[in-house]
Amino acid sequence: MMASSYNAKEEDGHHSGSSTHGGTGAPKNKKPDNTAFKQQRLPAWQPILTAGTVLPAFFIIGLMFIPIGIGLYVTSNNIKEYEVDYTGVEPNSPCYDCANSFTWNSTTPCVCTVNFTLTQPFESNVYMYYGLSNFYQNHRRYVKSRDDSQLNGVQSSLISPSKECEPYRTNPETKQPIAPCGAIANSLFNDTLELYYSQPDGNTSKVTLVKKGIAWYTDKHVKFRNPGNDKDNLTERFKGTAKPVNWMKPVYELDPSDPENNGFINEDFIVWMRTAALPTFRKLYRIIQKKPDSTPTLASGKYFLKITYNYPVRSFDGRKRMILSTISWMGGKNPFLGIAYITVGSICFFLGVVLLIIHHKYDTRSNSADIPN
Amino acid sequence: MGMDFSTLRTLISRYCAGEENCVDTRTVYIGHKEPPPGAEAFIQQRFPDNRIVSSKYTFWNFIPKNMFEQFRRVANFYFLIIFLVQLIIDTPTSPVTSGLPLFFVIIVTAIKQGYEDWLRHKADKAVNQCLVQVVQHGKVSRKHSRKLTVGDVVYVKEDESFPCDLILLSSSRDDGTCYVTTASLDGESSHKTYHAIQDTKAYKTEEEVNYIHATIDCEQPQPDLYKFRGNINIYMGNEPVSRSLASQNLLLRGATLKNTEYIYGVAIYTGMETKMALNYQSKSQKRSAVEKSMNAFLVVYLCILISKAVINTALKYVWQADPNRDEPWYNGKTESERQRHVLIRAFTDFLAFMVLFNYIIPVSMYVTVEMQKFLGSYFIMWDDEMFDEELGERAVVNTSDLNEELGQVEYVFTDKTGTLTENNMEFIECCVDGNVYVPHIICNGQVMPGAAGIDMIDTSPGPEAREREELFFRALCLCHTVQVKEEETVDGIKHGIHQGKSSSFYISSSPDEVALVEGMKRLGFTYLRLKDGQMEILNREDEIERFELLEVLTFDSVRRRMSVIVRSSTGELYLFCKGADSSIFPRVVSGKMEQIKARVERNAVEGLRTLCVAYRRLSPEQYEQVCHLLTRAKLEFQDQDKLVAEAYDLIERDLILLGATAVEDRLQEKAADTIESLHKAGMKVWVLTGDKMETAAATCYASKLFRRSTQILELTTKRTEEQSLHDVLFELSRTVLRHYGSMPRDASSGLSSEYIDYGLIIDGATLSAVMRPSQEDSNSGNYKEIFLEICRNCSAVLCCRMAPLQKAQIVKMIKSSKEHPITLAIGDGANDVSMILEAHVGIGIMGKEGRQAVRNSDYAIPKFKHLKKMLLVHGHYYYIRISELVQYFFYKNVCFIFPQFLYQFFCGFSQQPLYDTAYLTLYNISFTSLPILLYSLMEQHINMDILKKEPTLYRDIAKNSLLTWPIFIYWTVLGVYDAIVMFFGAYFLFDNTTFTSNGQLMTTNTQMMFGNWTFGTLVFTVLVFTVTFKLALDTHYWTWINHFVIWGSLVFFVVFSLLWGGIIWPFLNYQRMYYVFMQMLSSGPAWLSIILLITASLLPDVVKKVFWRALWPTTTERIQAKRRRLASEPSTIFMLSQTSSRISF
Repeated sequence: MMASSYNAKEEDGHHSGSSTHGGTGAPKNKKPDNTAFKQQRLPAWQPILTAGTVLPAFFIIGLMFIPIGIGLYVTSNNIKEYEVDYTGVEPNSPCYDCANSFTWNSTTPCVCTVNFTLTQPFESNVYMYYGLSNFYQNHRRYVKSRDDSQLNGVQSSLISPSKECEPYRTNPETKQPIAPCGAIANSLFNDTLELYYSQPDGNTSKVTLVKKGIAWYTDKHVKFRNPGNDKDNLTERFKGTAKPVNWMKPVYELDPSDPENNGFINEDFIVWMRTAALPTFRKLYRIIQKKPDSTPTLASGKYFLKITYNYPVRSFDGRKRMILSTISWMGGKNPFLGIAYITVGSICFFLGVVLLIIHHKYDTRSNSADIPN
Repeated sequence: MGMDFSTLRTLISRYCAGEENCVDTRTVYIGHKEPPPGAEAFIQQRFPDNRIVSSKYTFWNFIPKNMFEQFRRVANFYFLIIFLVQLIIDTPTSPVTSGLPLFFVIIVTAIKQGYEDWLRHKADKAVNQCLVQVVQHGKVSRKHSRKLTVGDVVYVKEDESFPCDLILLSSSRDDGTCYVTTASLDGESSHKTYHAIQDTKAYKTEEEVNYIHATIDCEQPQPDLYKFRGNINIYMGNEPVSRSLASQNLLLRGATLKNTEYIYGVAIYTGMETKMALNYQSKSQKRSAVEKSMNAFLVVYLCILISKAVINTALKYVWQADPNRDEPWYNGKTESERQRHVLIRAFTDFLAFMVLFNYIIPVSMYVTVEMQKFLGSYFIMWDDEMFDEELGERAVVNTSDLNEELGQVEYVFTDKTGTLTENNMEFIECCVDGNVYVPHIICNGQVMPGAAGIDMIDTSPGPEAREREELFFRALCLCHTVQVKEEETVDGIKHGIHQGKSSSFYISSSPDEVALVEGMKRLGFTYLRLKDGQMEILNREDEIERFELLEVLTFDSVRRRMSVIVRSSTGELYLFCKGADSSIFPRVVSGKMEQIKARVERNAVEGLRTLCVAYRRLSPEQYEQVCHLLTRAKLEFQDQDKLVAEAYDLIERDLILLGATAVEDRLQEKAADTIESLHKAGMKVWVLTGDKMETAAATCYASKLFRRSTQILELTTKRTEEQSLHDVLFELSRTVLRHYGSMPRDASSGLSSEYIDYGLIIDGATLSAVMRPSQEDSNSGNYKEIFLEICRNCSAVLCCRMAPLQKAQIVKMIKSSKEHPITLAIGDGANDVSMILEAHVGIGIMGKEGRQAVRNSDYAIPKFKHLKKMLLVHGHYYYIRISELVQYFFYKNVCFIFPQFLYQFFCGFSQQPLYDTAYLTLYNISFTSLPILLYSLMEQHINMDILKKEPTLYRDIAKNSLLTWPIFIYWTVLGVYDAIVMFFGAYFLFDNTTFTSNGQLMTTNTQMMFGNWTFGTLVFTVLVFTVTFKLALDTHYWTWINHFVIWGSLVFFVVFSLLWGGIIWPFLNYQRMYYVFMQMLSSGPAWLSIILLITASLLPDVVKKVFWRALWPTTTERIQAKRRRLASEPSTIFMLSQTSSRISF
């Protein structure tokens, strides 16, 4: 008899609300509680989207977005940006020879120089980027080909890197583990860019490029750590590992001049390791600090870019660029956001006007209908 | 497991123990005593012990069996396959993303089922361990219930329940009867009488019982509670005696002994073979229209999913044709990848794309839909307005799968008696040979011919008439199955007998009988009791007359009559028969038929229930013949029912008509109002009743099913006798169609004054002629079509003289007509069960005719009036809620997955996921799950009171209107639009020009680059906010719970993202999300673009809603706009159609 109150239902999830109300129990009070929740009468705000209620929202959005958009657009237009493509595709381009004569195991670096002129002076801090096109940093095989725990300095991962790093996990000849392992690290951008200013008096001066402060603070200080004990020599700490196949020098020689920027915590390396979202991307390369005096950071005039051409992109129709840019409160040059704001704002404003007309017509219609009543 | 074994054992015993007859019967040795050697050689069978196993699992098989059952469901299986694919091949997302939700679902379900099973185990154990008393070697000893075996003689005391199915051997009562209540079996709380075997009823002590030497042959267990046949062979005399056994000898497990001190019985079915256990099986599952649409949408999405994967795979190989794209120097493949065959690679890529996009069919949708249904159904049970004070009952939900179907009902099939009417019978009058007696004008036991007796012909009854009159009264006092209950506390029907020493009540499963017996009491003849086979009647002279009850030919709905055979104290034998006029008149040979017929018809028109009473004097020879017929029929196992029916048919003939009775059955409270509301809501109400046409039609007028303006079309035997069925049908259809042809088709949706509604009356006989499958006449095949065409144009249909199965046939016919309308059947009695099971939604009324309808229904309500709230409010809400739930789920997953699809075009079709694993996993589980679940539980687009006041609103959601393909496509297109806005919005911010954080907020950093994970996080953030705001825009009923979950889940998303990116998680082998979210938020353009993209995504939907509402408002929307005004004053649709939204700001 008891068992009858738990009807064995055949189907899963076939809930039986009645099972708890089986007829076997003592005649308990079955009257439901008269609570607001159970009677579905909780106090509630009951908005409805009518032309009337939405109108103000549309106007407010319109009136807010259009100025924001204009502000963004103007700001974006004020940002100065200069781009130099130094891939060397065209035969007359300065880097054509370097691009064509590229071999993996050449020992002598190929250097080429690109001249350009800045028509406007660049004020404030200037940021120097390198840009690559048609480079699929977001390819799945590429994105996952890294070992974050190795980069975090975990000793065991240094010795035996993650399987994800294949085929850049161990050196094919020596069988030593590669540090840093994986396709991303292996393809580290290794062109060296140097900027020279041809002063009007004919002298050339090298523009000081600051290479620190280009990576995320958290990446540099938490996510990326060199393995081993801080007191030891960096070379010692990477002992037993091999350099990535395509690298010219091992990881502990990335920046021998500054131990705080060497090994895994080299900022160029960290920037490269943050894989780009799209096949055409640019990455921060250097910062040109603004001068303490009021002279512009980069005065208008002739410049030349000296490139140590190490990085092959011709094979996959890639492009290499160098970009100089100032920034504003809204980041880099980005006309899209401003235009989008203006567009959406205008649409909202326009719709607001249309709604106002509809609402007005509708309102009078219903008024006239109500009067005879 | 025990269950499995027992069924297995039964199977083995059925098929192996003996080749021939043991399939159908079993032989039970009472007290395990072998029959004497001379007797037929029986094959001893093995029977299961008395263990009840209602649990599904044991400790050991729980995990495999539960897993198997869960993965048998298509959805779970699909996700399992996806999960396995992720485990086996190299897929873009980790197996965790699909494994975690799946196992969450599986484990929650398993825990729930495990808990339920544990409860069942506990209950089983309690039942199996309880002690029962068994007679062994002349002594009563105690045994655990589970150790009871077939053949044990069991001793049961009053108020104990029977431990297994028993054949009653003897009881403490001298007449060998006992009373039993089967409340826990079928809910009928009335006391039923069971009879001991005549030959054993004298054995009343354990010693005596021990002497019984007999075997029982009976059928193998079958689940029908009311059917049993068998016979007993008693070997105690010189000659073995064989007696038949019927269900009146069988005490069922679960029933309780009442009013009887003790009984002895022999166990014949034990454990899982008891009728109660056999009735555990649940009914076949019904599926709602919403579920069907949902499945259709799922198929579409599956096609989208597959085509997406195919397109991407194809494009991938086109794109990769250039080896420098396939494998540029910076992105080498491993040796094994290179060597893999291109077809295998393509197939793996296809699977990988499938895995990447599989979130478009989310596992959580099933869970959410099920939770919504399960939790939502509590609102029905909790509803205070559906609680009936009188019965102390509230609405019961037997299945929560059909909640939304309540909002889709197009046809309502209702029973009349007990559903539309109270089934609270009151004796109004009787008519004997044309003299009318009305009880309330009886003074001092003097019968005065009714003043209202217009049809009265013979006002001064002569001696012969007087004799007839008394015979009539005696007939009504004897021809019934009423019991007398001498207690005060009876649940069930209480009717006090005021005279006499102790207060006692008449109890019967049929309220008509109680009303009749009570009416007789008021006319001077009081039925006292049934004692020792003697019925005692107190006549007008206060003398006790005794009649020996010889046979009861019980009532059934096919014969529609019952009879008793009694022997008077003077030794005369009478057969008294009472039943419906249609079943009595053809069997009557004499009596004042004309007058009585006229009176019966007159009463029927007034909506009274009429019964005719007839008798037949039997000579001893005739009685012998009767006895012979009956015993022969009852001894038979096969076709017993048929033989009994034939025997009854032979016995109940050559009757002499005595008179007729009229009993009133009052309309249920607010029945008319409910029917009117259902009509206004666009439902077609059909009344299916077994009553006669006039009575039923009267009830229909009273309940406003037919109005005075309704033009009644008749399709009855009377008409078809005059014309051929063919002609009648065509004439009717012409009438109906002519009218409708001249009117615009949509007129039915409005309430134009021109509108003439038709009502159709059809009777059972004509109906079966219409439904009869095509005969030689080719036209007859069309009858059904024509009939349906007529019905379609009638707002109300009355089907009278219906057999229970015909009710189901009608429902089935409408169900399968070409529009496939959603049907609802509502009834209270056993005769409604078939239609309740057949209809899309079956509703049981907790009536007086037992609980069979309630047990077999999907929902049960105490009163008919509760149907209004059930459909118009609950049904409407559930439909609105679930349709939004389904559409929203598809929408939010299109928004979720389409950007990933687009991203493939920018990452070399490499299956690179756009979002992080955690986001992929938690999007459906936690970031966007609760708001929609709570929406689908709480949403009230219109106030409850207005829904009740304006039934026409129901038409707005008719025909599954919120889940039609255009709306589905709208939601999908909206999802795709949002996805495009989100993806390309982020794309243009990242593309070419750098999207950089300005570093002003974090002083140590100056200028950073964002990578692909930031890109995904930006899209995802916009996505979560957009879909949540979209839901917020759709919410019309903001309780604090809605506020809490909507804002809460957004806060949760932000907090989670901060945490997820804030720590180097030691258990992860990648740290790609480290500080990504924070960096993004520290960038001004990110904030600006999030705001912009959310606005742009939501804009079209808002605009569409506002424009539609302003230009083409639906009734619902008009009412929403006028909500506050409506709530305070009554209003009509006519007014509403002129008013409009005028809310200003």
